[in-house]
Amino acid sequence: MTGDLSVARYPYVFIAVLVVIGVWGMVMKRNLLKKVVGMGIFQGAIYLLLVHGAYKAGGAIPIHAAKLGLEPDAYMNPLPHVMVLTAIVVGVAIMGVALSLLVVIHRRFGTLDEARILEMLREQG
Amino acid sequence: MSQLPVLIPASLLLFALLAVVAGGRDGRWAHRISLVGAVVAHLVSLVGIATVAGGGTTLRYALAGWAPPVGIEFVLDPLAAYMTGVVTFIGVVVLVYAPRSLAVEMPGKERLAFPAMVLLLAGLTGMCVTGDIFNLYVFLEIAALAAYALLASGDRGAPVATFRYLIIGSLGGGFYLVGATLLYLTAGTLNMADLHARLPELVENRAVISAALFMTVGLGVKMALFPMHFWLPDVYTNAPSAAAGLVAPVMTKVSAYVLIRLYLDVFPPGFVTAQLPLASAVGWLSALGIVYGSVLAVAQQDYRRMLAYSSVGQMGYIGLGIGLANPVGLVGGLLHILNHALMKGCLFLIGGVVRHRCGITRIPDMRGLGRVMPWTMAAFVVAALAMIGIPPTAGFFSKWYLLLGTLEAGNWWWFAAIIASSLLSAVYFFRTVEMIFRHPEDGDWAATAEPGDPPASLLVPVLILGAAIVLAGVLNVVVVNALLAPAAASLGG
Repeated sequence: MTGDLSVARYPYVFIAVLVVIGVWGMVMKRNLLKKVVGMGIFQGAIYLLLVHGAYKAGGAIPIHAAKLGLEPDAYMNPLPHVMVLTAIVVGVAIMGVALSLLVVIHRRFGTLDEARILEMLREQG
Repeated sequence: MSQLPVLIPASLLLFALLAVVAGGRDGRWAHRISLVGAVVAHLVSLVGIATVAGGGTTLRYALAGWAPPVGIEFVLDPLAAYMTGVVTFIGVVVLVYAPRSLAVEMPGKERLAFPAMVLLLAGLTGMCVTGDIFNLYVFLEIAALAAYALLASGDRGAPVATFRYLIIGSLGGGFYLVGATLLYLTAGTLNMADLHARLPELVENRAVISAALFMTVGLGVKMALFPMHFWLPDVYTNAPSAAAGLVAPVMTKVSAYVLIRLYLDVFPPGFVTAQLPLASAVGWLSALGIVYGSVLAVAQQDYRRMLAYSSVGQMGYIGLGIGLANPVGLVGGLLHILNHALMKGCLFLIGGVVRHRCGITRIPDMRGLGRVMPWTMAAFVVAALAMIGIPPTAGFFSKWYLLLGTLEAGNWWWFAAIIASSLLSAVYFFRTVEMIFRHPEDGDWAATAEPGDPPASLLVPVLILGAAIVLAGVLNVVVVNALLAPAAASLGG
């Protein structure tokens, strides 16, 4: 059980700040590419949350070593690392689709400014 | 251990891959293989429904032989079987419809659209059967990515609408993942059944409480819960008809199903009702969304946009089922998943037929179409009656259960929201029906048209859905007793 979040709060504060920056970028930025950058920061913050959850002070890499034996507390928790790897793959796929949509949008409208694109769409009905 | 649960998403994934390979040479083979995949998955779902109906039996499959809670578990209980049945049925119908429609709306690109549709079904059915909260996140994003690809291929504005959906959707998915991470770090497991066993002693833990909040908000975005619905109207309006006909009926509902699954089977009993008022928050937002969606639907002139706003309202019915948190209300919300999938699928496909035959999407332009396409418009009338909630069509029964649920909870505001929304949908659907059956005037498309319904590959899916709306209404007791009542029984009462 790694339930006690009060021991070392600083990483969580850092991650929370990153989440806020990322969400701010995704929601508030007018430039569509900057929204994608915000999404990258947001995803990165989630990966860090998982990586931090795997950390144990003094823990070794999770490969069985004879001198450490089978004591679970001697190793980092490998499962969050696997989850991060999967989440990174998912994140890369989303990022790829987002960027390819931006290519299509830029070809059609010649700009990535959200307000101007919406204006052009309204004018043409 | 039975292999049935894993067969549904796995066969869809396999056929999606095969369809991409085969489609490289010939788009028709991409379609045939995709259709076979959807049919196979639907047959497996039907076998699954027959096996688990009535409750009592639950099929479990441990992936790669790793026994849960260490390995990933796929679980087919009555609720999951119900959802996979709905999703794959809509998938089969839309895949029959798709080639002719897509040939007009996205010519040259169809061969990639079919595998994307099957991939979407794979993601959605995976979300339904998985018993692992992280695995669920992966399936959620698989479904989302396939949907982005399909929805972006529509009109001029489609990539912009889809991009905004992608940003807000990945925010929702990310919030879900934060919640899943916090649950894992607190309880030390990802398995739903295991979490259900371990969480009761952690209900006071702040990480668990914030996990519940993160997951509710994330899934709220995905299910277009008011006021997080704003991405939806533009996406549905600009999408290709076949893509809208697949995404609109099932996608938001599967997210709602995940929320129900979390509230029932992951968090301890009473956690989201007595301890945190999350369920009733979802209910209140849904009640607002019902009224808001219906009012805006009345104001729309574009047929697809009207359906999109009506979807915002209709998702609210499912949310009300969550918020009521009594068995009869939840049964109503769950039954509305099937009913609304059939109705909205039918209506979007009809929109595609009209667009395919006449190039029309605005309601005032549809004047006189009842003379030109009698069968299509007969199906439209059935679907419209069901949306309003007139017996014996399906829409009546889910609203009936929900009304009984609000009476049991003594919540008159929600009761009023359901009644008001039914009256408003009567306004906007009767307006459309009247336009369709009016005598065409000079300048109308219908005035000069040869009478005739669309070709069979477009007409048959529409008629099947129209017939299914009536059947689902008549047979609602069977569905409720076999699949939904066992699922809602855990609420007690």
